[in-house]
Amino acid sequence: MTWIDVLDGGMLTTVQDLGRVGAQKYGVPESGAMDGLALRAANRLVGNPDNAACLEMTLTGPELRFGGPVVIAMTGADLGALVNGRPVARWQAVSAAADTVLTFAGVRDGMRAYLAVNGGIDVPLVLGSRSTFTRSALGGFEGRMIRAGDRMPVGVAPGPPWGSGRLLPRRAVPVYGHVHSLRVVMGPQDDAFTDEGIRTFLAETYTLSTQSDRIGCRFSGPRIAHRAGADIVSDGTTLGSVQVTGDGLPIVLMADRGTTGGYTKIATVTSVDASRLAQAMPGDRITFVRIGLDEAHALLGRAHAWLEEIRQPGAGGEDPAAIYDEDSGAALAAEGYLGLASALEGRQAPSSGPTTDLIAFDGTQAHDDEHDER
Amino acid sequence: MLTPPRVLPAGDRALVVEYGATIDAHVNARVRGLAATLDATALPGIIETVPTYRSLMVHYDPLRLAVSDLERILLAADAGLVDKAVPERRTVEMPVVYGGEFGPDLADVAAHHGLSEDDVVAIHAASDYLIFMMGFMPGFPYLGGLSPRIATPRLSTPRTVVPAGSVGIAGQQTGIYPTDSPGGWRLIGRTPVRLFDTERTPPVLFEAGDYLRFIPVSARESAGIARRVASGAFAPVIRVERTQPS
Repeated sequence: MTWIDVLDGGMLTTVQDLGRVGAQKYGVPESGAMDGLALRAANRLVGNPDNAACLEMTLTGPELRFGGPVVIAMTGADLGALVNGRPVARWQAVSAAADTVLTFAGVRDGMRAYLAVNGGIDVPLVLGSRSTFTRSALGGFEGRMIRAGDRMPVGVAPGPPWGSGRLLPRRAVPVYGHVHSLRVVMGPQDDAFTDEGIRTFLAETYTLSTQSDRIGCRFSGPRIAHRAGADIVSDGTTLGSVQVTGDGLPIVLMADRGTTGGYTKIATVTSVDASRLAQAMPGDRITFVRIGLDEAHALLGRAHAWLEEIRQPGAGGEDPAAIYDEDSGAALAAEGYLGLASALEGRQAPSSGPTTDLIAFDGTQAHDDEHDER
Repeated sequence: MLTPPRVLPAGDRALVVEYGATIDAHVNARVRGLAATLDATALPGIIETVPTYRSLMVHYDPLRLAVSDLERILLAADAGLVDKAVPERRTVEMPVVYGGEFGPDLADVAAHHGLSEDDVVAIHAASDYLIFMMGFMPGFPYLGGLSPRIATPRLSTPRTVVPAGSVGIAGQQTGIYPTDSPGGWRLIGRTPVRLFDTERTPPVLFEAGDYLRFIPVSARESAGIARRVASGAFAPVIRVERTQPS
């Protein structure tokens, strides 16, 4: 068993898994990773079960030192990760020797990055989950964000680690950007809004507010008209519920949301796009796009197929350049780069497969065709 | 014959089974009946159910259970609720110290209604309160049945910290804060009982569908209970009655 020493906690770094299941009826929020897809990907890269606990690192990452040799992977936002001061590939399993220091140079894309370590962060299970709910000081590392001086235990790896090199092909790596179109399923209370209100919601552009956190994402923009008030008899909430309060502005409820709420919910962001919203920064522009429930389920199926693209290097037809970051190729070639040699081992020549830089889970035709070939 | 509920999508991983839009004990019993049926079935693909006043939220995994199948299952389960035996009625007794430092707003509530503090306590402690649902924060019960004679508006400026166990009134509602939290309810008393504890299974002492009865105790009795709570030796009094089918 090894551990991770926290040299600096960063802005907001918490232990999260896929969330707390079964206690919402007692008023305990689900919590868990804001970008559940990125957390799953990070775990698969290092050979963990999808639900293993990772670190969710927000905007400015932490500074960490590994107590012993580990295999790690970082997914989600690009926070400019440095291993012993050198840029390191994201969306790829990387070996780190004892005393390796992980720091972050600064955000380049997205909002939340995930660090998985083979064996998982081994904090105690609380109500069946290792996720942190800071508001009630529940779960995670002592119920709070991590800070300098903390030592987090790493679990014993469940099986032989595959070592470094396992990766998500570059063409499948998401690019988040600053303009997001979020697909929504209307309801459950869309009938509480005027036709004009529904049109406003679906046609206008909203700006993500700085008043956003793990509980919910707030927006500025045109007001959405209710038929007869914003209050309802309180009912259940889910990840992505788009609540419209009395001021007519939407709030998308996220991982740490209250289990119940008393405001009308015009729509629900699809779970795939809730992960995308988790990567939006304050000031980003958002539009809401209506889709049917069947389409939303197909979208979720494609997101899980996307996870299946994670593979050993050489097993697929990816571009060899995919294993490192274009901005730091020179640095990666320098000595001390972790995992490059093993990543190159057994690599095959690139095939004629699709190499377009598709943004993952867009559901574009090209992406669909690719899956149909399998 | 009861009208069938509406089944509404709440995104791609939850359905809401909605029984109208009112706060009503019979409607709420149907919600909880459906939750109990589904929980007992433990159908693969149903992740969890969350009962609220007048609807049940059913979280599911669409990759394991098709939504059309789930909808059929929910409506069939609802139809099967008719003529089901009415379950036992559980009433959990909550010892409360009223007034003084434990209930700093008791005097204001009394003054608001032209009552004495003792009157307010007597009225508050004279009813069994139905727990319609839990939510808002871990272990927080939404209670029905507050007498309009002591219903009082919230504070205009909420307190930054309300101590765990505080018993308050907000409009037509009364409730208990399970943990320290900011809050605007008028505080009339405090219970030494720990309402939410993750070391327990389940972490709560009562659930939606149970009743709460507030039992006035002295500060001295409360201190004794607090010691037993701290040592793990405390268990609340729970009265169980078999109810008549309505």
